[in-house]
Amino acid sequence: MLDYTPKALAERKSGGMINPAKTCQPIGAMYAALGIHGCLPHSHGSQGCCSYHRMHLTRHFRDPIMASTSSFTEGASVFGGGANLKTAIKNIFEIYNPDVIAVHTTCLSETIGDDVPTIIKQSEVPDGKVVFHANTPSYQGSHVTGFSNMAKAMVTTFAEATLAEKKAQVNLLPGFVNPGDMREIKRITKLMGVPFVMFPDTSGVVDSPMTGKFEMYPKGGTTTEELKDAGNSQLTLAMGRFASIGAAEQLEKKCGVPFADLQTPIGIKATDAFVMALRGAFAAEVPYELEEERGQLVDIMTDTHFHFHGKKVAIFGDPDVVAGLTEFVLSLGMLPVHVLTGTPGGALGAGVLGFEEGIKDILGPVADKCNVKAAGDLFLLHQWIKNEPVDLLIGTTYGKYIARAEDIPFVRVGFPVLDRSVHSYMPIVGYRGAMRLIEMVSGALLERADRDAADEDFELVM
Amino acid sequence: MGESTALPEREAFILTKGQKKTLRCDADSLAGCVSQRACVYCGARVVLNPITDAVHLVHGPIGCASYTWDIRGSLTSGEDLFRNSFSTDLKEPDIIFGGEKKLAACLDELVEKYHPPVVFVYSTCIVGVIGDDLSAVCRAAAARHGIEVLPVESSGFIGNKSAGYRAACDTLLKLIEMPPEEAAVRRQARQASAGRPVINYLGDFNLAGETWIIRDYLHRIGVAVNVVFTGDSTCRELKKAPEACLNLIQCAGSMQYMAGQMQEKYGIPYRQVSFLGLQDTADSLRIVAESLGSAEMAERVEKLIAEEAAVYAPQIEYYKQFLAGKRAAVYVGGGFKAISLIRQFRELGIEVVMVGTQTGRKEEYQVMNDLVEEGAVIMDDANPAELERFLLEQGADLLVGGVKERPLAYKLGRAFIDHNHDRKHPLSGFVGALNFAKEVYSTVCSPVWRYLNATR
Repeated sequence: MLDYTPKALAERKSGGMINPAKTCQPIGAMYAALGIHGCLPHSHGSQGCCSYHRMHLTRHFRDPIMASTSSFTEGASVFGGGANLKTAIKNIFEIYNPDVIAVHTTCLSETIGDDVPTIIKQSEVPDGKVVFHANTPSYQGSHVTGFSNMAKAMVTTFAEATLAEKKAQVNLLPGFVNPGDMREIKRITKLMGVPFVMFPDTSGVVDSPMTGKFEMYPKGGTTTEELKDAGNSQLTLAMGRFASIGAAEQLEKKCGVPFADLQTPIGIKATDAFVMALRGAFAAEVPYELEEERGQLVDIMTDTHFHFHGKKVAIFGDPDVVAGLTEFVLSLGMLPVHVLTGTPGGALGAGVLGFEEGIKDILGPVADKCNVKAAGDLFLLHQWIKNEPVDLLIGTTYGKYIARAEDIPFVRVGFPVLDRSVHSYMPIVGYRGAMRLIEMVSGALLERADRDAADEDFELVM
Repeated sequence: MGESTALPEREAFILTKGQKKTLRCDADSLAGCVSQRACVYCGARVVLNPITDAVHLVHGPIGCASYTWDIRGSLTSGEDLFRNSFSTDLKEPDIIFGGEKKLAACLDELVEKYHPPVVFVYSTCIVGVIGDDLSAVCRAAAARHGIEVLPVESSGFIGNKSAGYRAACDTLLKLIEMPPEEAAVRRQARQASAGRPVINYLGDFNLAGETWIIRDYLHRIGVAVNVVFTGDSTCRELKKAPEACLNLIQCAGSMQYMAGQMQEKYGIPYRQVSFLGLQDTADSLRIVAESLGSAEMAERVEKLIAEEAAVYAPQIEYYKQFLAGKRAAVYVGGGFKAISLIRQFRELGIEVVMVGTQTGRKEEYQVMNDLVEEGAVIMDDANPAELERFLLEQGADLLVGGVKERPLAYKLGRAFIDHNHDRKHPLSGFVGALNFAKEVYSTVCSPVWRYLNATR
């Protein structure tokens, strides 16, 4: 019933979106800002923006999402939002008393041309408190761009090179991933014995424990001291280009911290690259515990590879996560025939591949067998699938309509996942995350095999 | 958060019963508040979205369309087109040079693909600023394709959610527009041929199938439903709206204005009803019979009430034994729902000790004040800090609210009921009253609260 998508591919000239695979910058900025300890994200725009972002994040994380709004009215849109923002800053410190207010803009405040840095300078900010901003016009990029812009603004605002020599410390930019992933990246780095600063770090903020108390500012999040100290680190690992390169480049420019452009460590190859980057830069030993995890993962991959080989997969979601998933399903012998992101995928600067080039690079020899698209929508993905059916769909909750219409096993990964719980606590990164992904993928495929098996083919051992 | 949660500016919006003052409401939210309120677009979208065979095209950057993609929880008995998400996805060049051409191209593409009878084009914040002439583009597209293409003036900043309800109603009024004389002739013919009164039912969005329950009751008492605004409705049905002889309003916040306009223009009287709780449902059905002036219908109503009560009252009574003496807090969108909930909780032996809304009206707050007991707190446009403070101070065991309030209640170790888009069971009518009792029971009496190590 829900299938309104025609099979025949026709050129679409309008530039409109049907069933989008992205959303707008401000929600990414809000999510990133939640990754600073004691920070209240502030949406400089209409009330609805803030309300929608909080609602969407609440549905994904199932935790309270706190953010304030400038509550634009008709007057603000004519005379500018300066007065609203100043009042907002005053009120926020008075009622909610955060350490930091992270302001992000919206399409409205960008278009009317509010000069946010000047407005902030003219505002009353109590001693020891910080108000900073990121420009996040909704009509450029996507939520991932907004995350990236806010992460970059953290560097611009806080990071400082205060030491003559860099110290043995790594900056970890995890990108737009779940707190469960951030915890796993930190765990691996701890096992490697390398001191680190992770930002943004939403673990302990949007996956906070139940205590019977409501904490406006939960325990987690990167502290402003840590953000400042990021300027003294020896190296930055930018995990996921689209979410992290901006901040990494800014750290290099502002504080002289070099960076490595890494994939989000999804799957064995990207996790190896992450571990090797730590080992290479810090002469750190890979502890047995990690070697054991890697060995277990390889063991699982060999135990199960015959379930996966030659299976066709469609993958969609945010560009960094999609890149990781693409590489991972290839390592299992699957063929990612359709790979799509809603985020515009242009090159991110000299020497940094855009989305489509990056995915084709990962696909290597099979690239010409696969559809790859940035700035796509789920209408297009559905058409692709109708024209070349797949055995598995991996993506966000919004894939459920396609999965139902085409009766395809479906694994939910990425942002947002609105119809399942626990996902934000559990990693998909690292060796343990890869094991979890295999469990999810093989579970979906074998559940389907069981469902479809005739009685005589229904097997106990699979 | 301690004592500093209420700004002096907010004091006028919070009232404790027994205090001698009037509550302020319907003002703009304070800048800097963590308001639970939404925007004009949100209000307009939730009212129109349940129209099943429409293309709902959002003219703006992608976010406004993404956040409203199939979130209302409105069920359909036919078309599913409304569950897709359409956006003009405005980019920087469109902001600079205007979005009219792109909008026209998107309209052409969507009409060709889906052949809808109606397209609603929602204006978002940015459209209000860059000055696209939505009406002109829609008129031209309507003429090109021979269908209804209607603009919805819902730029986010021009007011709050209530302004969005009004924008949606203005669009609906355009959709159903016909000369009053024609409406009168058609009404007469329709009422005569139906052999029973044909009415409209306003302000029910068929969440979890609630519209269907009420349709069934009305059918059983001898009333035909012409069209529902807007749960499970279609363009063709809506256009027949002026043929009805009565408008029943469930959600007053969104539909009072619509009913008033229809009375003025087409002479259709309206009555406010509420199908939340056993008592309100029974009273509402009696209002229908009384309005339509038939003794026979009044008998059928009493029979229906007796039948339904015989089935559901004892089951509700079963849950009441576990719930009597508990204390509830209510924070919902509109005032009328809040009023009904106070009554409905009383049916379960639960006292409402805190009640607030996003967009309640003065007279509704007065009714709430009359209903609740001394010491209860009443508030308009509450923020999370205030919700937290009063949930704790008032010793509420349970909060009723929407998406954003749920995790807040849980973190405080309080039970929670979604009485908004995320409801999973119909909460209307007699069966809905039972579902409500079950839901209250299952959250208030869940074993999970036993594992909380904090003191309560």
